[in-house]
Amino acid sequence: MSNEIILDAKNVKKYFPIKKGLLLRHVGDVKAVDDVTLTVRKGESLGLVGESGCGKSTLGRTLIRLYDPTAGSIQFKGEDFVALKGEALRLKRKNIQMIFQDPYASLDPRMTIGQILRQPFEIHNILEPSQRDKKVVELLETVGLKASHINRYPHEFSGGQRQRICIARAIALEPELIICDEPVSALDVSIQAQILNLLKDLQKKFNLTYIFISHDLSVIEHFCDRVAVMYLGKIVEIGSRDELFKSPQHPYTQALLAAIPRIGEGKKKIKKSLTGEVPSPINPPSGCAFHPRCSQKIDICSKKLPQLAGSNGHQKACWLYESETP
Amino acid sequence: MRFWDGVSVSTQSVIQVKNLETTFFMKSGPFRAVNNISYEIGQGKTLGIVGESGCGKSVTSFSLMQLIERPGKITNGQVILNGKDLLKLSEDEMQTVRGGEMAMIFQEPMTALNPVLTIGYQIDEQILRHKKVSPQEAKERSIEMLKLVGIPSPEDRYSNYPHQLSGGMRQRAMIAMALSCNPSFLIADEPTTALDVTIQAQILELIQTIQEKLNMTVQFITHDLGVISEISDDVLVMYGGQACEKASTVEIFNNPKHPYTAALIKSRPTLGHRVQKLTTIEGTVPAPHELPKGCPFVNRCSRAKSECKDNRPPFIEVQPAHFVACFNPV
Repeated sequence: MSNEIILDAKNVKKYFPIKKGLLLRHVGDVKAVDDVTLTVRKGESLGLVGESGCGKSTLGRTLIRLYDPTAGSIQFKGEDFVALKGEALRLKRKNIQMIFQDPYASLDPRMTIGQILRQPFEIHNILEPSQRDKKVVELLETVGLKASHINRYPHEFSGGQRQRICIARAIALEPELIICDEPVSALDVSIQAQILNLLKDLQKKFNLTYIFISHDLSVIEHFCDRVAVMYLGKIVEIGSRDELFKSPQHPYTQALLAAIPRIGEGKKKIKKSLTGEVPSPINPPSGCAFHPRCSQKIDICSKKLPQLAGSNGHQKACWLYESETP
Repeated sequence: MRFWDGVSVSTQSVIQVKNLETTFFMKSGPFRAVNNISYEIGQGKTLGIVGESGCGKSVTSFSLMQLIERPGKITNGQVILNGKDLLKLSEDEMQTVRGGEMAMIFQEPMTALNPVLTIGYQIDEQILRHKKVSPQEAKERSIEMLKLVGIPSPEDRYSNYPHQLSGGMRQRAMIAMALSCNPSFLIADEPTTALDVTIQAQILELIQTIQEKLNMTVQFITHDLGVISEISDDVLVMYGGQACEKASTVEIFNNPKHPYTAALIKSRPTLGHRVQKLTTIEGTVPAPHELPKGCPFVNRCSRAKSECKDNRPPFIEVQPAHFVACFNPV
């Protein structure tokens, strides 16, 4: 891992407007991603973790510009990615690819594997048409499939094999950054390990950078170098894997870690670590959005929004660690 | 004595399953989704059934409830609940058992609840079917159940429709429904798979607390090794419709005998135990019509011998209370 920053996102917001009535008046916003700042270094795996509805997938899609950010800036290798339009955006996109959660939904059932994997080269007009098939076979072998699979359709493959096809498609154009949105959540336990190992091998081989989105903290701990924990559209804690898992500081991270069932310790009295549910991102609670569920809340928490702060790259947004008084 | 302290007290079995066999008669030929499964669960105990998709763990539960639809059929075996063989009962008699003595929580609360009926109506319905009570008493009981499972303002929620509740709340409503007639045996089929970890912990705590209160016997089905490890007294591992291994939870996780169990535990990343590379199980779960003649795991097994191909290993006790179906155990 080098120190070169490949992706630099500042104050990124993604609001989805809520429109009501005959005139579709704008009555509010779903604040799916609310003021997120993060950097991704070349060659690392950055984990985004949180419960459903925390905005981790929306953030991933905004960073790759499947969604246009409502506000904020995204720089990809020093270039303003938000301002790109049309042809310039299309050309840049080959450097950032995405792997989706559901390999059953992300492959066109009417295209053969060969057609699916040739498409990136056709769209970007790379390689002579005659050489594309050779490249496709090479890709299939890289992800652990066989050359004979080239004329088959997606339904002939199992979930794990389909995810391998999605991975082959994502690495076809030799991108630098791949956003993996829950790539193993839909797979069986024994298949998950195969896919995780494959992604790691590819990272070494092609010096890839990953943004790895998952709700599964054990997978994140295994896979990622740095981890960002999200809650209600905001990053509440970010740090190196070792720091974050050994000494989690934000009460939400602590609760999330405590909620994970441990293997092999035998039956025990299960204690919930959090009460209540994630509030609506339409009307998030005042101050720190986590305060209604937090067991350690103090006066200021409901009044003022804490900012990410901390040293050595381990930052948290929590009033417990700040001396400021309201 | 509390039930989770690991001391096994010899209690009478509430449920006994003997040589259960469920066959699906497909156009391509019959296949056994559940093949000769036997187990029993003592009163107040929890048996966890774990396995990957297609291993037959859900079909086992549906067979116990006799909710198998054509082309599936229970082709052999006995299911003995509190001394009664359920497979000998008529459908009418079975209806009094289902939801009464024996209840089930399903994986997806959105599809298991009727979207056009209120939560309250659906719980009332079950209580009225099984208990001799007036509608007013049934309503009181329903609200009491909603309160028991921790749904805030249960009187209001009683007249809500399923879509007005969040996923966690819907699962609580399902639990309230399942428990409304004080079942002595509860089947929980992946009750937390669709939920977030923090909500999962809330639901597991709830099931455990109620189990303790009512001294209920539970069969808990999941593919999540972590969940099974924390909630069960004993674990049954299934693969390809068959039982691979059964032992106490501590034993099975620390001293797995079947190569499949051992590989499954190793292939899962565990918090705090980092490895460079995960151990994988090569290949994929065989489709039901592709099951090998011998041991179902033979084609993916690193310890397979020649006899594994042709002969089905018997399910035998290798240590006290530790059963394995393998010719070459770890």
